[in-house]
Amino acid sequence: MPKPLIQIEGLYKVFGKNPKSIMPMVHAGKSKDQILAETGHTLGLKDINMTINKGEIFVIMGLSGSGKSTLIRHFNRLIDPTEGIIKFEDIDVMKLAPKELEQFRRYKMSMVFQRFGLMPHRTVVENVSYGLSIQGVNKITRLAKAKEWLETVGLAGYEAQYPSQLSGGQQQRVGLARALCTNAEILLMDEAFSALDPLIRSEMQDQLIELQEKLHKTIIFITHDLDEALRIGDRIAILKDGELVQQGTPDQILLNPANDYVEAFVKDVNRARALTVENVMKPPARRITADTIGEALEKMKIIKGDYGYYVNDKGYQGVVTQDTLEEACCENESQKLSEKFLEELAGIAPGAMLESVIPETLEAEYSLPVIDKDGNLKGELSRRSLAEVLGDREQISEEETT
Amino acid sequence: MAESSWLTKFPQMDRADLTGIRKTLDSAYRDFSREYGETIESFFDPLLTFLVWFEKLLITTPWWIVIIVVTAIVYMACRSWKLCLGVVISFLAIGYFGMWENTMRTMSIITVCTLLAIVLGIPIGIIMASSNRAQSIITPMLDVMQTMPAFVYLIPVVMLLGIGKIPGVIAVIIYAIPPVIRLTNLGIRLVDKEVLEAATAYGANSTQRLFGVQLPLAMPTIMAGINQTIMMALSMVVIASMIGVKGLGQPVLKSITNQYFTLGLFNGLAIVALAIIFDRVSQAYAKRSQRHMGGMDNA
Repeated sequence: MPKPLIQIEGLYKVFGKNPKSIMPMVHAGKSKDQILAETGHTLGLKDINMTINKGEIFVIMGLSGSGKSTLIRHFNRLIDPTEGIIKFEDIDVMKLAPKELEQFRRYKMSMVFQRFGLMPHRTVVENVSYGLSIQGVNKITRLAKAKEWLETVGLAGYEAQYPSQLSGGQQQRVGLARALCTNAEILLMDEAFSALDPLIRSEMQDQLIELQEKLHKTIIFITHDLDEALRIGDRIAILKDGELVQQGTPDQILLNPANDYVEAFVKDVNRARALTVENVMKPPARRITADTIGEALEKMKIIKGDYGYYVNDKGYQGVVTQDTLEEACCENESQKLSEKFLEELAGIAPGAMLESVIPETLEAEYSLPVIDKDGNLKGELSRRSLAEVLGDREQISEEETT
Repeated sequence: MAESSWLTKFPQMDRADLTGIRKTLDSAYRDFSREYGETIESFFDPLLTFLVWFEKLLITTPWWIVIIVVTAIVYMACRSWKLCLGVVISFLAIGYFGMWENTMRTMSIITVCTLLAIVLGIPIGIIMASSNRAQSIITPMLDVMQTMPAFVYLIPVVMLLGIGKIPGVIAVIIYAIPPVIRLTNLGIRLVDKEVLEAATAYGANSTQRLFGVQLPLAMPTIMAGINQTIMMALSMVVIASMIGVKGLGQPVLKSITNQYFTLGLFNGLAIVALAIIFDRVSQAYAKRSQRHMGGMDNA
């Protein structure tokens, strides 16, 4: 377990005239509605604890009013918490003096906004270099850097345009380039793609994932869209009414929802696009390692099937069927099990999305072997297990998943 | 008669007391102005020198140079030949009807007043926008300045500084400054929260936020305020002429007292012409400098 980059402990946020005064009530466990009715204060966030690791995309998901936008503004203290600890590496962010906080915001974090937050009076390239201009970087350097980032996000040639001349998707690319331009370690993205239409949104998601593979930033991403969360998140936290409901990897959330609320969310998710082969494959029961036909045939009897995956020192080789073996056995039992008895069957990668392997799985005569990069047999994916996962929910919770 | 009088007649203050109050206040202020009048006047001396110099400059410069310079400024501000043509024609007409000198005087005082109003008004507007308390204190003061009849605050100014240009400038500014203050405040308060938040998130300090985001984004509104300030300053010219400000106001005043209808009309029209020029130019400039803001309007 790597040391967490950001740590949030016991974070509370109360909105109202005198938030501190009602903290005892909050700690006494009174509900949000009770507090609002009695004091007129709104409990925005309640006892948030989370750790964010270096280099991951951490998605905070929740519906509107769940406090997710409030929460993300605590990371760079655009909003101050009523109570709680925010730590970045060894820096206690809550103890920073105003000047230090400015420095912290300049160099450590950058942010992308839902409605872009671009400056309409500056050109695209000036917008992208905004962070650097605040840092006091000279004009030539910062414009050159901004140009590079504009190219990276695919907006070369738009430097001298004004934001109002660009489409929504292009504007958000400018927003993204601006955030990347300061080379800050952490990227805060507040519903960054929510204002875009679906096609552009998935394009931007792809671009973000692609960029992340190169840049390895730590990204905190806010969204109200679970599909989006599952698609880009390494880990997901689900927020409801200011409380953290569940935290975990996408497949944990999908396959083991913590309560009815999460389950209701998960129900409508397109699992084929959210789960990988690894999440649903069964352990490899049909592994056959044998030198001769006879040995192989014996193994075949143990696994109780009419085919198996032949694996030798070099990894997975192909499929052998009972029929072929029996035929060969009649000729010569101690004959070597060689390639001529194997049927070719391409394996699938454990990291592949279910969606991408549906055709192969359905077309293949046998369950598909799951093979990792080194050729090792990791598991098998049958039509049945695929259908179960993509089908009705109730059945899956009974299944053992790894 | 004394018993029931408060029912039918307002129980007003004793006449003697009222006179007493007036006398005390008046004499206190008179003493104050005798005591400090000189000091305050000398405080305004540089301004007076500048006013006189600027007026002289406009009057002594040959008329055709003035027209060329003004037209050039107008063209730079709005890039419109039509407007420039309008400016040339109206100036020629003004000169032809014998109002050149007065027009130059009015132009000089309006220019100075507007500049002063902007220099004073925008910072006050910024302070107002940055604190709700400042706003709640300044707003009623602006209300008073806009609604109090100009003559009322002319009295103490004249008592303090006598008759002349400086009291005129002060009166014009008091009357004309509220729009620029109000609209600066409004403009800054209306700046898109997310853009401001973005600036903060990138570590901008309050100065960087003010000059990098708030003022530029508030500019259209501030320009509207400046435009209003110019218009109000021009409309104040006639009243300011009552305390000795020379210019287009004085002939108007003369026509009122002597019932010279045509003289009044001509000078009134000259004021209108100036107003239209100032208005169109400042608006065209505002529009041109803000063409990238708000939507896809690239006109």
